[in-house]
Amino acid sequence: MTLDELTPGTGGVMKDLTAEGALGQRLMDLGFYPGATIKIVRNAPLVDPIELELDGYHVSIRHDEARHVEVE
Amino acid sequence: MSSQTLLVALAGQPNCGKSTVFNMLTGARQHVANYPGVTVEKKVGHFRTDSRRVELVDLPGTYSLSSYSLEERVARDFILHDRPDVIVDVMDASNLKRNLYLALQLLEMEATVVLDLNMMDVAERRGISVDHAGLSKHLGVPVVPTVGKAGVGGKDLKRILDEEAEKPNKASYKIDYGTMEPFIQKMQDQVVSAMQLPETYPHRWVALKLLENDAEVLRLATEDPKSSETLTRDIEQLRKDFQEETGTPAERHIAFARHRSCAAICRDYMKLPEQKRASLSDRADKFVCNRFFGPLLLIAILFVLYEVSIVFGGWLAVKVWPVWGAVEAFAAKVLPQAGFLEDPLLRGLGVWVVKSTTAILNYLPIFFLLFALIAILEDSGYMPRMAFILDRLFRRFGLHGQSTLPLILGGVYVGGCAIPGVMATKAIPDERARLATILIVPMMNCLAKVPLYLILIGAYFPEHGGLAMFFIATVTLFMALPVAKTLSLTVLGKRESAPFIMEMPPYHLPTVTGVLRRAFERIWLFLKKIVTVVVAVAVVIFVLINFPGLSEKREASYQAQQEAVVGKFMKVVDKTSYKGELLPADVPEIVLFADRLKNAKRGLTDKSAAAAVNKSFEQANPIYYAVVKRKGADGKKLNKAFKKVVKTRKKLRREMRAERFESSFLGVLGRALEPVTKYAGFNWRINIALLSAFAAKENSAATLGSIYGIDGSGSVQESMKAGETGFTALHALALMLFMALYPPCVPTSIMVRMQSGSNKWMLFSILYQTLLGLGVAVLVFSGGKMLGLSGLQAMWGFYGLCVAATVIMALIPDRSAQKADIGKTCKQNC
Ligand SMILES: Nc1nc2c(ncn2[C@@H]2O[C@H](COP(=O)(O)OP(=O)(O)OP(=O)(O)O)[C@@H](O)[C@H]2O)c(=O)[nH]1
Ligand SMILES: [Mg+2]
Repeated sequence: MTLDELTPGTGGVMKDLTAEGALGQRLMDLGFYPGATIKIVRNAPLVDPIELELDGYHVSIRHDEARHVEVE
Repeated sequence: MSSQTLLVALAGQPNCGKSTVFNMLTGARQHVANYPGVTVEKKVGHFRTDSRRVELVDLPGTYSLSSYSLEERVARDFILHDRPDVIVDVMDASNLKRNLYLALQLLEMEATVVLDLNMMDVAERRGISVDHAGLSKHLGVPVVPTVGKAGVGGKDLKRILDEEAEKPNKASYKIDYGTMEPFIQKMQDQVVSAMQLPETYPHRWVALKLLENDAEVLRLATEDPKSSETLTRDIEQLRKDFQEETGTPAERHIAFARHRSCAAICRDYMKLPEQKRASLSDRADKFVCNRFFGPLLLIAILFVLYEVSIVFGGWLAVKVWPVWGAVEAFAAKVLPQAGFLEDPLLRGLGVWVVKSTTAILNYLPIFFLLFALIAILEDSGYMPRMAFILDRLFRRFGLHGQSTLPLILGGVYVGGCAIPGVMATKAIPDERARLATILIVPMMNCLAKVPLYLILIGAYFPEHGGLAMFFIATVTLFMALPVAKTLSLTVLGKRESAPFIMEMPPYHLPTVTGVLRRAFERIWLFLKKIVTVVVAVAVVIFVLINFPGLSEKREASYQAQQEAVVGKFMKVVDKTSYKGELLPADVPEIVLFADRLKNAKRGLTDKSAAAAVNKSFEQANPIYYAVVKRKGADGKKLNKAFKKVVKTRKKLRREMRAERFESSFLGVLGRALEPVTKYAGFNWRINIALLSAFAAKENSAATLGSIYGIDGSGSVQESMKAGETGFTALHALALMLFMALYPPCVPTSIMVRMQSGSNKWMLFSILYQTLLGLGVAVLVFSGGKMLGLSGLQAMWGFYGLCVAATVIMALIPDRSAQKADIGKTCKQNC
């Protein structure tokens, strides 16, 4: 399952990352790595982006970008 | 060694408290410096430890040390090239795991590192405990707990710095990269040993960076033309081999391994509370980012921002104006005296330069309030929330959630200023959206465009004033949004568009000192940059509008008129007892005397003080005084004649100014442009007014005033209507729209150059807005004329066109966006 398919209130553990280049780098820099726990906190008022809790801190990310994160 | 200055760099992830620690150590003795050519600020400060002087550099906050973003490159270049003696890595103790990610990368660079475990109070409050002694032992570097905000731990930090200076202790921490280790070894043996590296580059680190495909280090490897080909091939081969063997790209493996190390370290040296309470920030965000309350709160905050800075600030500016007025008066006093018809060159230039400067300084209260409010928004942590709420909307136009603030400051409705607007674009992390924002902020309605709008609306839309004002106030956004999208699809298309991924830090209560310090810092930067350039440009413009000057024949004609009026005055003198005492040469002197007297009494409310001034003037020259103040029968008689002289002088000077203006370089240019601008409905007089507005937009109204022969602004509209008989509402509409799209004024252009980091974008910004403005004006004027529309019809027709363009542009998908079907995932999501 990819991260953008989760609904607010649910969560999971990160499994893999499929993004390359700058996007991949940025995701990794902010702490996305296999084993990180992720919880979806909320959608923005206009649905996109989403706010999620990643290992205890909050990160917002667009659906487009969340597609590259695999969770289980 | 102890006599030398110790160079210390402060590194750390964004928002971990670097600047706070910087201020704690230096006592805020700092100055802001700009990195050459880029927009990232680097602060330098000094302090003393027990035994030495330390130079402290505050680096931009970065999550890691890859070279993808500008901040990261700046931070990394400083560490690699300037080789600080010690790097203090500030870490947010309440967020240790992520902060360790950067720390480990610094350790891998084998620099002398001190870890500053900041925000200990926050960690404690959340029930997180860190074994800093154990951490220090494990990593092999000193770890100092601090609470930057409360000034706790500063002494320890200084002591450790002293120790490190005596006995530098290079980090030697190694992360175990598991299956990659043999490849690292191979890379070191085959490639790194063949490279000509500065000795400060540790080999293992270079090998890792090459495996990571780091652009900067790769450049180092390929710089040497002799070996570059085989080296590049070897590097590629090793990366490929690794991916084939493990199934993971090398850079991903490296990052994951680092994160796993961080997690392992945290398991050993950090204890989390048993039960996690929802923090205050989480609870606040339920409201702040709520679907209904969020946007409402956002509007409320923006409204308060606008009211306080623009409305209240504008009021304050009026109150402060006497200060700048006094500066102008002082300049007028010390400069060479005015002449009867023409002033000495030095005076004309001096007064012009001072006035250009005070025109900008006039906005200082507004800027100060703005900067302070922005600092509050930044410190509190609301900015990322704002971006979060609005990103979806703005992204459709190639902008970013954080484009909101710059647009508001620029004047989304009426009244703003493009300078702080462009300045505020710095916070936008996405290069493409940032440039797009920089390029459309000058299209907003800044305060200085308003006087021209008021003149034109008053003269040509008197019955529909409110509607016309609403039109011009809102149409700008509907012009700017499609333009932003067009730019981002075309000229900006190739620019890197950064992913949105953004931390939403917990809210902090901003401190008064922190806010004031930042506001003053920015004001100072602004003054330094803008005022110097404004002075230089003012000189150039002065030359352009005053030279080559009047022909000798015209000068003689004016001279004759002067002599005529002086002659009339002398005839009256001959009928009084002053006959023989007042000579023709006295007449200009009396005029200046009257001016001086008026100036001396300006602002005096106290009667006795005014009387004292009168008295001193009377003593200085009783005859002049009698004429000016109507003393005695002769004085009364002469005063009447004198008033005529003053009036004629004013008229002659105004005529001369207008004539000089028309025959000046700028005037010639205005005429030369007429064949083109006539399709937009602008004649050469309007052209001159528009050209003069480039220095500062207020000039347009003032220039029209001097062209149409009225000094007060109240009646410019009437005299303009009388002076331009062929003018219709359609002309006025075209002119208003051109003003709305007018290229950025000089100070804004400078700001554009600073924020975009290049002359090219500044020139582009000026050029495209000129062409766009002209295009729109031609469309409205020529199009409206062809269709036989009235001004009002053309106005709403154009409005509809802009709204339609906005909607269409919003629907065009961004070329670079992946074909993700947001709609689909959202259906499952909400
Ligand atoms: N409670 C607490 N707050 C702190 C501490 N140190 C800093 N802060 C607050 O944290 C916020 C961020 O601090 P800054 O010093 O601006 O952080 P920075 O690392 O310079 O941030 P960037 O320059 O954006 O990377 C401010 O609101 C500070 O007041 C601390 O030790 N405890
Ligand atoms: Mg800082």
